[in-house]
Amino acid sequence: MNKEEQDIFRAETRAWLESNCPRSMREKVQEESDYYWGGKNGTFKNEDQKIWFERMLAKGWTVPYWHKKYGGGGLSAIENKILNEEMASLGCRKPLFSFGISMLGPALQKFATEEQKDKYLPEIVKGEIRWCQGYSEPNAGSDLAGLQCRADDMGDYFLVNGSKIWTSYGNKADWIFCLVRTDFGSKKQRGISFLLIDMATEGVSTRPIKLISGKSPFTETFFNNVRVPKENLVGELNMGWSIAKYLLTHERQMIGDMGKNDEQVKTHNIAIEHIGLQNGILADTILRTELAQHEMNEAIFEMTIERAIDEAKAGNNSGATSSLFKYYGTELNMERMELQLALSGNQELVMDNPANQNGLLANAMLRSKGNSIEGGTSEIQLNIIAKNILGLPNN
Amino acid sequence: MALVLNEEQVLLKSSAVDFFNSKAPLEAFRKLRDENNPVGFDRSLYAEMVELGFAGLIIPENRGGFDFGYVALGQILEVNGRTLAASPLISSVLLSATVLNLAGTEEQKSTLLPLIASGELLLSLAHEENTLHNPTRVNCTATKEGEHYKLNGSKVFVLDVHVANKIIVVARTSEGNEGIRLFLVDVQSPGLSIHRTQMLDNRNAGNISLEHVIISESDKLAGGFDELCRVYDIAAIGLAAEMLGIAQEAFERTISYLKERKQFGVSIGSFQALQHRAAKMFIEIELSKSVVIKALTAIDENWVNLSELASLAKSKLGQTVKLVTNEAIQMHGGIGMTDDMDFGFFIKRARVLQQTMGDYNYHLDRYASLNGY
Repeated sequence: MNKEEQDIFRAETRAWLESNCPRSMREKVQEESDYYWGGKNGTFKNEDQKIWFERMLAKGWTVPYWHKKYGGGGLSAIENKILNEEMASLGCRKPLFSFGISMLGPALQKFATEEQKDKYLPEIVKGEIRWCQGYSEPNAGSDLAGLQCRADDMGDYFLVNGSKIWTSYGNKADWIFCLVRTDFGSKKQRGISFLLIDMATEGVSTRPIKLISGKSPFTETFFNNVRVPKENLVGELNMGWSIAKYLLTHERQMIGDMGKNDEQVKTHNIAIEHIGLQNGILADTILRTELAQHEMNEAIFEMTIERAIDEAKAGNNSGATSSLFKYYGTELNMERMELQLALSGNQELVMDNPANQNGLLANAMLRSKGNSIEGGTSEIQLNIIAKNILGLPNN
Repeated sequence: MALVLNEEQVLLKSSAVDFFNSKAPLEAFRKLRDENNPVGFDRSLYAEMVELGFAGLIIPENRGGFDFGYVALGQILEVNGRTLAASPLISSVLLSATVLNLAGTEEQKSTLLPLIASGELLLSLAHEENTLHNPTRVNCTATKEGEHYKLNGSKVFVLDVHVANKIIVVARTSEGNEGIRLFLVDVQSPGLSIHRTQMLDNRNAGNISLEHVIISESDKLAGGFDELCRVYDIAAIGLAAEMLGIAQEAFERTISYLKERKQFGVSIGSFQALQHRAAKMFIEIELSKSVVIKALTAIDENWVNLSELASLAKSKLGQTVKLVTNEAIQMHGGIGMTDDMDFGFFIKRARVLQQTMGDYNYHLDRYASLNGY
């Protein structure tokens, strides 16, 4: 696509978005229900959300870069980038938000059979099925490969028994993609398989988990003699670990993106509002130093994302890996939360005041403590960098 | 522009790697230091650098240069940081050629820039008067007397001044920032005295004093404070590129050592206490690469908010190179403290670069101010 064609596509896209994206769908996302998540029990928050979803779906733009045969938009990488840029500049919300798009989809594209792709990918595009992820277990956190949830081969089906923890939206999802142990004899990474399970199956149940930040989307998920058809296995039996790792890379990239400050309001503006300026300088000079350090690193992190994209386009290996982004992005987000809470003073600690959305910031700070744990802890990311990139030896 | 090198820049960088490794390894600089060389750099080496075009990279083609831009010069400075080859590349090219490009009169550009590109002319920029970088605190005076200016005052930390042919002196003609002007001073001028100082990094710098030095109107540069500030920004970014080279070299050598060095019967690199610190250094270096290429690109693209990029680059690299040089010594243990190992050279150069054109605190403070707090 040459520059001229790109400009035409950009202009057409912008015009289409301007006339088709309802005003309210261009407002800042305040809560998770501001996105449509799809699923059998999916509900639209309002009529605009429904209109926006349906219009985008008609163009295949709920997942614009997937192939048209799956209902996607069939856009090239460059077209997709242009669409994203135009949506961002108009403030358009994503019409459909789901783990099917961001996590399972990429894994299916790479590892699934054609039959599986034909079945599952269009359901994701159309938002018909809402997916959740079953990886961690109570005794398999950082040592994920030590997972014990088992799937026994019963001839014409698998029998699944065990439990998962930290299932995001486990109580709202229709299906779960799961790592299960199918071989107890060999090295732990070798006996894991990747299984798709309908949560409506008899024997599947969930229980919500309450966090220090209040109610959470996480559940525990239990499997009690759950029968799963053989054709729900993705990839080869006992080879699920490579799918898991591939998918974790996507997840880490996604979590790491929180290092970007997409907020319109920069942290220093909050500081100016609460602390004030003295001769043009933030009145609390010690906090100012911390703030400047933070915003400096925030800016440089965004440049690093930009560089990684440019390097990838140029076919170079930039060395800037998903572990780097996961580690640094989450550290930045946690630091940002701490700073914002610190400089907002005592009124943000009031938990029953509608003016501060009942302690929204304080809860967000608490929730951010999970950032350096979920998707592989910071320590695991540092291990990966040390061993896989720097080539440091195992003890 | 994408944050990757183009084909031309990749070639330039790889030829620079070959050149510095074969012609100017760290041992060469060590030798200059050990023999207390009066010039402080190898003139024939600089001639070869000129031959390769390094001195003309940021000089326009119609002034005898190659007009490759600052991304290109930044690659040379980065590679240079790995072997610490001493040369007037920073004083004459990064600083002085930039001053002339931005602030010189047509006459000054056409006569002087070709001589910088050909290596015949060495120039120094005399701007610092204080212990810490401060662009507005200029006490050196330039008093207009008839057709001439009379310069009085003193300057410190003037890079390569004892070998310079001419010095660009920052002096004040009146109160306020608009009174800050630039003057070309010949080193033979009566009333000018130059005193070479021994710097921590064994590179060249000196102090000068000016007593009633007479300068003709034609040696006053056209530009003033605004151009000078842009020079400082460009210089800070160029120095950040050299700091990036130092950080990468010290880091890579340290990683090799972690793999080789055995204690308790195993490589010390197998210890998680060291692995995590190494991984954090890796991350800081990757971030540093991004800000340096971004800032170099911003110079070539003539960004309006270059100051912000300059402060980001200089403060980040100040932080990164400090971390890496310190960790390099600590991870090498006792041997890292010895002069036989090269880490002394890296940490010494890093600390001098930290103070040149504003340190970490200066740039962090400025970054906050530029962002309105």
